[in-house]
Amino acid sequence: MGRFTLDLAHMLAGGMVLVSFMMLYQNRLLGLLNVFAFHAVVLAASVAWQAWIQAAPHLYVTAAIALVLKAIVIPVALHRMVMRLGVHREIETVGGIGITMLMGIALVALSMVVMLQAAAEADPLAREDLALALSVILLGLLMMVTRYNAVSQIVGFMSLENGLILAAAGAKGMPLVVEISIAFSVLVAFIVIGVFLFRIRERFDSVDTHALDDYREGRQ
Amino acid sequence: MGLIREMAVQGAQMVFVLLLAPLLLGLTRKLKARMLDRVGPPILQPYRDLLKLVRKDVVLAENASWLFRVAPYLIFAATWVAAALVPTFATGLQFSWTADLIAITALLASARFFLALAGMDIGTAFGGIGASREMLFASLAEPAMIMMVFVVALVAGSTQLSWVANFMLTHASLRVSLGMALVALIIVALAENARIPVDNPATHLELTMVHEAMVLEYSGRHLAVIELAAALKLLLYVSLIACVFVPWGLAPPRSGFWPLVVGAGTYLAKISVGAFLLVLFETSIAKMRVFRVPEFLGAALMLGFLGTLLLFVSRSF
Repeated sequence: MGRFTLDLAHMLAGGMVLVSFMMLYQNRLLGLLNVFAFHAVVLAASVAWQAWIQAAPHLYVTAAIALVLKAIVIPVALHRMVMRLGVHREIETVGGIGITMLMGIALVALSMVVMLQAAAEADPLAREDLALALSVILLGLLMMVTRYNAVSQIVGFMSLENGLILAAAGAKGMPLVVEISIAFSVLVAFIVIGVFLFRIRERFDSVDTHALDDYREGRQ
Repeated sequence: MGLIREMAVQGAQMVFVLLLAPLLLGLTRKLKARMLDRVGPPILQPYRDLLKLVRKDVVLAENASWLFRVAPYLIFAATWVAAALVPTFATGLQFSWTADLIAITALLASARFFLALAGMDIGTAFGGIGASREMLFASLAEPAMIMMVFVVALVAGSTQLSWVANFMLTHASLRVSLGMALVALIIVALAENARIPVDNPATHLELTMVHEAMVLEYSGRHLAVIELAAALKLLLYVSLIACVFVPWGLAPPRSGFWPLVVGAGTYLAKISVGAFLLVLFETSIAKMRVFRVPEFLGAALMLGFLGTLLLFVSRSF
């Protein structure tokens, strides 16, 4: 395997980590959706490159699914949902962006240390791809934790799932059936969440998840 | 004889950047005007502005100290020396072995220090505002620059620009960390040159200006020298990006006449493309609020950190 294939694979996977950071940085909902669509495009490119390296044609299908569903269908649907909910002007973050970014760097450091130790025997391409994929997953989790708005929590969840696909594409031998079922379960989850969003809005007149806390049982 | 020749090439480079700097400024203004569907001033307008300023009398405030009068020359000297250290059309010039990227950063930082001092010297409110904002931005832009230098140095094994350019030329590869360093350097360059998302070079609207606020009290030849230094700084950053990330076409050390001509040609092409991309970026984005800028620069600092971190974990990034 040439130096170039390895470098491009790193570049694309590292690009996903970078776009995850862009999502953390973006505090407007519509901007966030655009960055999320870009995240999916980079994912599709990364998976397609893995398909080329591993000569695994079924990964092209995964890339196509990522491109169509995640980069076009879901962002467009979320966009319309945000417009219908009328929350497209809202700005929201927990704490400052600076602190969130620092936490993100700490998470990337953590996943590097963990993965490079745990998978020391694997070949460098798979190992470093896994480390970057774990960073994307952790950054998606961080995104879900640091946002009040239900829509951006969904985006966090979807970007986490992008990280899972990146990890799956890096590790050789994931069957196509599994990948397709993951893709469709994400779509189903998306629809269910969408329905929930409107329910939450009807019930509480807001998609701010803090409104839900007031109704939790056992709260002092 | 060899030494004289080397010195001549180095001197040619210094004169070349000095002559080219206003042209780059004129080119960006012209391109920007064309992109906004205006005719715009001629490309040579900055030269005429400078000539006119040189011919005019200096109007000094009554309470201006010696520092106010000396600062323009100090700023210009520091920026020119820094520009002389960046390989433009050839690597391995005579002066480039005396100082590295960290020294260039330090030279630019000292120029900024004097500019901020001069801004506060007269004691007007605008100078103070400009100086304090400049220092606020600098406190994030300088660490980001240093982190970017570390990334490049970890990859290339040296902070010496000629060495780095040579390394990039021979070991060209796509690397995640270098991509991060490039984005960080672009953000720092935009902030340092008072370009659009951070500051608007074309406005004198009181509440938004940073660089212009500091030089508001200057006139005549002092203003000309400061404007020339600002133009040189823009050229310096474009050349820095070009020589580290697109080093193709640079003439090797002690090369003959024709490689130098080829190097100069590709250099002109590179800075034209750089000016075009800068203008494209500026016209497609709105200026930020001043208090958003630290977040923008914080992102550059974060990218620098991330790149260094990846390189420390594994050299293949």
